[in-house]
Amino acid sequence: MAEMLYRAALREALIEEMDRDPKVYVMGEDIGRFGGAYRVTDGLLDKYGEMRVVDTPIAEEVIVGCAIGSAMLGLKPVVEMMTVNFSLVAFDQIVQNAAKIRYMFGGQATVGLVIRMPGGAGHQLSAQHSHSFEALYGMIPGLLVVAPTTPEDAKGLLKSAIRTPNPVMFLESMSLYNMKGEVPGEEYLTPIGKAAIRREGKDLTIVAVSRQAVLAQLAAQKLEEEDVDAEVIDLRSIRPLDWQPIVDSVKKTNRLLVVEEGWPTYGVSAEIAAGVQKRAFDYLDGPVERIGGAEVPMPYNQQLEKTAIPSSDDIIRRALEMVGKKVPA
Amino acid sequence: MADQDGVYQVLQPSGKLKAGAKPALDDEFVLEGLRWMLLSRAFDAKATALQRQGKFGVFSPVLGQEAAVVGSALAFDPRIDWLVPQYRELPAYLIWGLPLRNHILTLSGNPVAGRIPDDVKLLPTQVALAAQLPHAVGIAWGLQIQGREGAVLTYFGEGASSEGDFHEACNLAGVVKAPIVFFLQNNQWAISTPRAYQSAAAHFSDRAAGYGFEGRVVDGNDLLAVYEVTREAVERARRGDGPTLIEAVTYRMSFHNTTDNPSRYQPPEELEEARLLDPIERVEAYLRERGLWSVEREKEMKQAAAEEIEAAIAEAQQAPPPQPSQIFDNVFAELTPRQAAQRDEMLGRSGDDG
Repeated sequence: MAEMLYRAALREALIEEMDRDPKVYVMGEDIGRFGGAYRVTDGLLDKYGEMRVVDTPIAEEVIVGCAIGSAMLGLKPVVEMMTVNFSLVAFDQIVQNAAKIRYMFGGQATVGLVIRMPGGAGHQLSAQHSHSFEALYGMIPGLLVVAPTTPEDAKGLLKSAIRTPNPVMFLESMSLYNMKGEVPGEEYLTPIGKAAIRREGKDLTIVAVSRQAVLAQLAAQKLEEEDVDAEVIDLRSIRPLDWQPIVDSVKKTNRLLVVEEGWPTYGVSAEIAAGVQKRAFDYLDGPVERIGGAEVPMPYNQQLEKTAIPSSDDIIRRALEMVGKKVPA
Repeated sequence: MADQDGVYQVLQPSGKLKAGAKPALDDEFVLEGLRWMLLSRAFDAKATALQRQGKFGVFSPVLGQEAAVVGSALAFDPRIDWLVPQYRELPAYLIWGLPLRNHILTLSGNPVAGRIPDDVKLLPTQVALAAQLPHAVGIAWGLQIQGREGAVLTYFGEGASSEGDFHEACNLAGVVKAPIVFFLQNNQWAISTPRAYQSAAAHFSDRAAGYGFEGRVVDGNDLLAVYEVTREAVERARRGDGPTLIEAVTYRMSFHNTTDNPSRYQPPEELEEARLLDPIERVEAYLRERGLWSVEREKEMKQAAAEEIEAAIAEAQQAPPPQPSQIFDNVFAELTPRQAAQRDEMLGRSGDDG
């Protein structure tokens, strides 16, 4: 094991896969000379040259379209969108083409494409550069969608994403790039479609996605001081969704809180709430509770932005309410 | 008056008129232009300092591109024309009548107090690249079909011109002969991506031919040339002869925005060369030659700019700070039930999350 930053773990995954398979290449805006807006591709241009580390014009639709074409030819493109909202410019290529080509070609063509994109709020990047699109991409058949929250998973899931013959929306979090964590020294893959139990507990289950899974773990630590033993499940994979550990956990704790940074209406938490009431209705001691971002475009003002996204205090407060404990003022 | 490479110029970098050139701006107007340019540069320095202190959020300076922005904006009539900006054109906002105080409030995260006054024909800053260009065409077309006077000025960079929105906007504008000026600031850098990586065309303005309208390439560091070329484009729009694509060749002498560090990728000699072509020094030299500029005059004008900025900052500080519950305002005409519940929860009352 070695301690490593989330961004460095992503970079290591790219290097290992580019070394392993000459068909893997990366493309995007400011990824070569600049090393990427979040430095994930730093140094790759020198190492692999311009044919495999492609700085593109500012044109997301053609970046994704071109990546799709090359993937149909057998290459393994890893596209970087500077921030997740840039992918909206390429939405037609992603939804109408990347997600449908295998189907429309009767399986004769595949799109083994990874689109990496940083999302989330908290950096004063304002309404047009701060989004959580787990639900937006999670609802589309034909796409796999993952959101790693640890350096270990960042590396392991990126390697899996590169190797799967399906298009993968790889949702990174701007707030986690500088997070440190242990990463195995030997070769490993983190499977797509598996949630991770980050903490075992018996009083309630907190399921969270992306950065909120990190906040949920902080909240669980503090809840311990209030004698509340929370189980924390990090979703990791939005599509496919791993029901088993969630259902097993709810059968044990009888209470479920789901947390996402994105807008809750039709959100990831709505899907999980629907699925759990179907699978474990008789085990629930109360309604499934949900916490999501304020349903507004993200404010630019630092304080207002903070109030618009869920915090670990919000999670603590709701968890205490759910187990019938006094909520501190 | 074109150079060998076709770039239109009136003032040489030395500040001397090109042989045979006749300036379209009178001296008073040139002084007015210089005043805006100096104010813009002073604000860039102040805003950068305030951003480093955490008082402003991310912002993009105009530095090096003052002649392109000021020269083009001055060719319009803000009483009837519309400005559809990108994010690097502060002096144009001010020329259009946005109080500097409002811009400061916006940068410091107080959008309610910093709102654009109703009588200023200006759209808010756009950070989704080229997304403003279809809007600008819509406004121009809207003016046209309603028989209203007025034209539209819209700004973007050479990087943004790689986006599909640019091509679709130009194409439609050409078809409907919209009264619009597409003003492309070619500042050579899109964050770290050099100009050559955006297009293989010799000039971005060459693309206009493909849309069936006029394209001009102008020295963007030459206030007089930019004004003249834009003025012609405005007149073309007012005559009903359709759009113009102007490429102003300039140089981004600072960072893309405050999160950027150009020393990672920008060759220092290139920046040195650009400094020799400084658009402000060129106008100062021109006016000095005409006996209209002196050390005292310069000191006076810079002092006035600094005072104007300080006064606007002081005025901005008087505005009420934004309230957390205000984040829900204006998403819809009325709050949805879930928003109302979220707002109640934020205000400390427990609410059902809908």
